[in-house]
Amino acid sequence: MKIHEYQGKEIFRRFGMTTPRGVPSFSVDQAVKAAQSLGGSVWVVKAQIHAGGRGKGGGVKVARSLDEVRARAGEILGMQLVTHQTGPAGQKVRRLLIEEGADIRQELYVGMVVDRTTQRVCLMASSEGGMDIEHVAAHTPEKIHKVFIDPVKGLTDADADDVARKIGVPAGSIPQARAMLQGLYKAFRETDASLAEINPLIVTGDGRIVALDAKLNFDDNALFRHPEIVEMRDLDEEDPAEVEASKFDLSYISLDGNIGCLVNGAGLAMSTMDTIKLYGGEPANFLDVGGGATADKVTEAFKIMLKNPELKAILVNIFGGIMKCDTIAEGVIAASKAVGLEVPLVVRMKGTNEDIGKKLIADSGLPIITANNMAEAAEKVVAAAKGK
Amino acid sequence: MSILINRNSRVITQGITGKTGQFHTRMCRDYANGRDCYVAGVNPKKAGENFEGIPIYATVREAKQATGATVSVIYVPPPFAAAAIDEAVDAGLDLVVCITEGIPVRDMIETRYRMQGRKTLLLGPNCPGVITPDELKIGIMPGHIHLKGRIGVVSRSGTLTYEAVGQLTELGLGQSSAVGIGGDPVNGLKHIDILRLFNDDPDTDAVIMIGEIGGSDEEAAALWAKDHMKKPIVGFIAGVTAPAGKRMGHAGAIISGGKGTAQEKLEVMDACGIKVTRNPAEMGKLLKSVL
Repeated sequence: MKIHEYQGKEIFRRFGMTTPRGVPSFSVDQAVKAAQSLGGSVWVVKAQIHAGGRGKGGGVKVARSLDEVRARAGEILGMQLVTHQTGPAGQKVRRLLIEEGADIRQELYVGMVVDRTTQRVCLMASSEGGMDIEHVAAHTPEKIHKVFIDPVKGLTDADADDVARKIGVPAGSIPQARAMLQGLYKAFRETDASLAEINPLIVTGDGRIVALDAKLNFDDNALFRHPEIVEMRDLDEEDPAEVEASKFDLSYISLDGNIGCLVNGAGLAMSTMDTIKLYGGEPANFLDVGGGATADKVTEAFKIMLKNPELKAILVNIFGGIMKCDTIAEGVIAASKAVGLEVPLVVRMKGTNEDIGKKLIADSGLPIITANNMAEAAEKVVAAAKGK
Repeated sequence: MSILINRNSRVITQGITGKTGQFHTRMCRDYANGRDCYVAGVNPKKAGENFEGIPIYATVREAKQATGATVSVIYVPPPFAAAAIDEAVDAGLDLVVCITEGIPVRDMIETRYRMQGRKTLLLGPNCPGVITPDELKIGIMPGHIHLKGRIGVVSRSGTLTYEAVGQLTELGLGQSSAVGIGGDPVNGLKHIDILRLFNDDPDTDAVIMIGEIGGSDEEAAALWAKDHMKKPIVGFIAGVTAPAGKRMGHAGAIISGGKGTAQEKLEVMDACGIKVTRNPAEMGKLLKSVL
């Protein structure tokens, strides 16, 4: 799960990390009031969307008067913000963060992820803040410093200080940097984060260490112990089809093609997409229906796929193990009737009671195309999508 | 022979009284030597009772002492599953197979840390388990698609493992053992560990290795195989079409920071002498071609 920058900063402050003072705003008037309440003479108006690269896309602007705050807030609020992470359509800006301006002397980068190889949380830090860190990692990997954090000891003073020095924190600011890095690890661990980034982490003119940005993603499997984080979820930022699917315990991801896929199991679902591509088609989605492809679940899955105006055909690929193929066939037939399916449907079933399942489909009177293996299924659905 | 488990393994089921645990314990008990192999269940509140004749103990340690079991399988719900692994490790079992899907990563980091220097091997979590056809099935895979034989199968994904097994069986190629290592980012046995076991197993002639996007476990296994593997390996990686930054169902199946793409994995495997296919319908045929 993802949250907004202003929510991330609320969490940071709870863990003793310094951020600029700021107020989230949902309208232009609120934005102006926020700037008034913050005081000072320089403010930053920041678009709040879940994607990164907001500054480059024109979603972050400095204002030097309340009139400018009003003008910039009016421009940004409601805009379709396009960044390298949003796709060409962009993301509509519905929330702003109004912050006091900061006196930036140095821009640094700090991030945390779970490292699969060492099975520890990895702290990554660089002197090259404010930039696209993937670019830094690719071109100057020596500028990224890593610490693999011992889960019992946590981030030690020695490791925190060492990293802070390596990324160029001035000697006088090391204790503050240490508090920031240890706070970040504590926040990461205690909120069950899957990703944390501060880009940039700044050193101010007077030597303070401040988190100018905040990005936090959370482990979906741990949300059950964080109701306060679940409350921060912003459904406006998520794909409506994916939100709808999650209500029915379907794992769904929208893609750009026109062939809908309904598969049991994540690995088989990815392979099915790959096979469609291999035979010259483009998958419209990833959809893992899980262990129980019941009539209800298949019906909901069909409904979600059919909302996509580009959809030209559907491929159902089920390896019936514990789940029997006749049960799946009944589900597919009932779902096809329930939604009045008009696009071609190719079904490939394998496993327990395969023959009974195939007979049910043949006897259903529905124009369902059957296939004996994945390759044949992909070939047939690609042809069907092309109107052949 | 086989790897990890055989007809002589004795198994404890942790979470035997839940709906999933009951269902799969029945299916496993009814497969091959299951009746002899499934000797105990664990539930602290139901100690002294039994599940269809399988005695239930309060702790894994007691179950081990009473039955001599050395393997456990876990169906405990996600919030308690890591603690169930810890208990099995503390009891000194040889192998723990954790089927549970959805364990928080932080819990697994801490459990894996505690497992350092311990003898217990962990398979999973979020995996289908392991089967040695005609001997013993531990997990949720459909038993009847398997055929006893000499091909090893290792995969991160459940149904894709069944797909490979189904293709092999149709070609008349039986399996020595089929192992699902699971789709989570922090797990126990990895591709490389399973390849090592198959390499040393006199009854395995060749291996199908199936991977997916995310992480670099397949690359590590391929690099090891290049210098050490004495048997042919064929491979497939799921997720060539997966976009970066989108999690494809499994918690570990995500391309992040441009790393962990299927393309990259296929190239490394190919360079290490592993024959790869981009068509998952061809996994069985490709394996047959290298025998």
